[in-house]
Amino acid sequence: MTREPRAVALKGVRKRFGDVTAVADVDLEIRPGELMVLVGPSGCGKSTLLRLIAGLEERDAGEVWIGDRCVDEVAPGGRDVAMVFQSYALYPHMTVAENLGFGLRVRGAGTAATEARVSEVAGVLGLRGLLSRRPGQLSGGQQQRVALGRAMVRDPGVFLFDEPLSNLDAALRLQTRDEIAALHRRLGTTMIFVTHDQVEALSLGQRVAVMDRGRVQQVGTPHEVYRRPANLFVAGFVGSPPMNRLPLVRDREERLAGGPFVFPGPFPHREATLGVRPEDLALAVVAPPGPDPNPEFTATALRVESLGSEQRVHLDGPGEAAWVARAPSALYVTAGDRVSVSVAWERTHLFGADGGRIGAAPRPVRGSRP
Amino acid sequence: MPDARTAARRATGLARTLLLAIACLVMAAPFLWMAATSLMGQLEVFAAGRLFPESPLWSNYPEALTAQPFGRYFLNSLIFATVVVAGQVFTATTAGYAFARCDFPGRDTLFMVFLATMMVPAVIVLIPRFLMVDGLGWIDSYRGLVSTELVSVWGIFLMRQYFRTLPRELEDAARVDGAGHWRIFRSVALPLAKPAVATLALFAFIDAWKNFMWPLLVTRSMEMRVVEVGIAAFHSTYEINWPYQMVAGVVAALPIALLFLFTQRYFVRGIQLQGIR
Repeated sequence: MTREPRAVALKGVRKRFGDVTAVADVDLEIRPGELMVLVGPSGCGKSTLLRLIAGLEERDAGEVWIGDRCVDEVAPGGRDVAMVFQSYALYPHMTVAENLGFGLRVRGAGTAATEARVSEVAGVLGLRGLLSRRPGQLSGGQQQRVALGRAMVRDPGVFLFDEPLSNLDAALRLQTRDEIAALHRRLGTTMIFVTHDQVEALSLGQRVAVMDRGRVQQVGTPHEVYRRPANLFVAGFVGSPPMNRLPLVRDREERLAGGPFVFPGPFPHREATLGVRPEDLALAVVAPPGPDPNPEFTATALRVESLGSEQRVHLDGPGEAAWVARAPSALYVTAGDRVSVSVAWERTHLFGADGGRIGAAPRPVRGSRP
Repeated sequence: MPDARTAARRATGLARTLLLAIACLVMAAPFLWMAATSLMGQLEVFAAGRLFPESPLWSNYPEALTAQPFGRYFLNSLIFATVVVAGQVFTATTAGYAFARCDFPGRDTLFMVFLATMMVPAVIVLIPRFLMVDGLGWIDSYRGLVSTELVSVWGIFLMRQYFRTLPRELEDAARVDGAGHWRIFRSVALPLAKPAVATLALFAFIDAWKNFMWPLLVTRSMEMRVVEVGIAAFHSTYEINWPYQMVAGVVAALPIALLFLFTQRYFVRGIQLQGIR
């Protein structure tokens, strides 16, 4: 059943719809057998990119390679890909068995071979009892399985998933996500998965390609994308709550300063942005008589969201920007409390004026001392 | 207060029912008159103030239906309507799908041209159609009868609109499954368009069945005559047999009435779909 997984390569691929550039000169390589997730906000071009790979859209420029052949002139059915759609796109007038076997029948497979393969895949996905039903008689989760089965039946070289979990409720989404990951481990087939949900992307992908405005902003492992975001967009998009930011400006001594912080220079950048993940801030409630001796800054807790295992504390600083910190649930903090905040500087991020990553921020020469 | 409101609602309901009843009566009156006349004697028809026969003349039915070869007329009408339905369903579904889903240069312009022909009254093209059929030597034949009726622009419009409502992802899924346009049309789009096809077939059948002018023009012999033309044959220059004509009218209307009974929802859908008929 398993076959050689295929690599997918996009070389300078461009797609425009009228005046709108949906995909702008994208270069991307997906390794054989890899589970790559394309993630980005709505309208970033990720679904268009997937449809370009499937052959459902005509590219305006560039090349699409699947395995060792350029498939630009190959019809979708000849590209050795299978696709699971957001709406599942099951044929409503066909039974589950007919839905599963359609691709094989189109390709001229015999009745016996089709039935055997359909039965095999239905067994794997637990669909055997539903084969004579129509999609309208199935639950959302069952429809999702049929859509998955329809892709599996043909044993393709590449699986394409276009936001297949977005119509499921939260519990079923988690379960199906795990099942897709398990399926990938089992089949070892190349999979390209499109989602707008960054949690889904980080948890599922072996590598993640973050897209914005038709361009790939960063490709990397979930850890790389989260811990070393290539630019401000990735830093803001990946992570929930998003990365805290503070604008910095270069002073006369070529140091960068913003809010309570002054970073030792020299810096070539006139402006920069400091980024700190909410979990890289450590909070302590300020005791009434005096401040903590070593805080980076102090702030007032504006709002405290309790999530059970942790708390999200919204702060009124530093500077004009409101930051969010993740704090352990054991910390007793309520809205209005003064808190002292320490920063894990080795895990901070500094972005240049163009939004590109410079590196981690150095330890500031001084912090605020209210 | 609730009592007053209930009373007002009842009064509105009653008024509405009354209005609809009057409208129904107005609509049904010609049919009732036709049925009543079909059972009258020739002179009774002209008796002043007589709406219903004094004693129904059931013998009018066998007499009228044997006065002319109505069996043959019915067969001709059936052949004519069936072939027209088959032809229109084939051309409208294929063309409608192409206009809805296939990309080809000038598609939308061509569609507008098709639509524009709907503005031309059918009577205006009767003579050109006749000349074409005559030129082909098809006068007084089934070929002549059906050949220019096989394409319905309204049908193409109806099917195109319907195909456009089908989710594009279904077509995309079929394409990834390896299907081409023809396969998608046959295996996915057409089965899903059954309601629209049923509506189209129904309207095409009725149009063909009650078509009078075209069969009158292109048929000459009694062997090729259709029911509608047969009915008119009771109405000659020197003689009008109203009861016989009404008998033929009742019998000709029966298939349509029966069809309507079983396919009301498609009628309603057809009218909803385009609202221009």
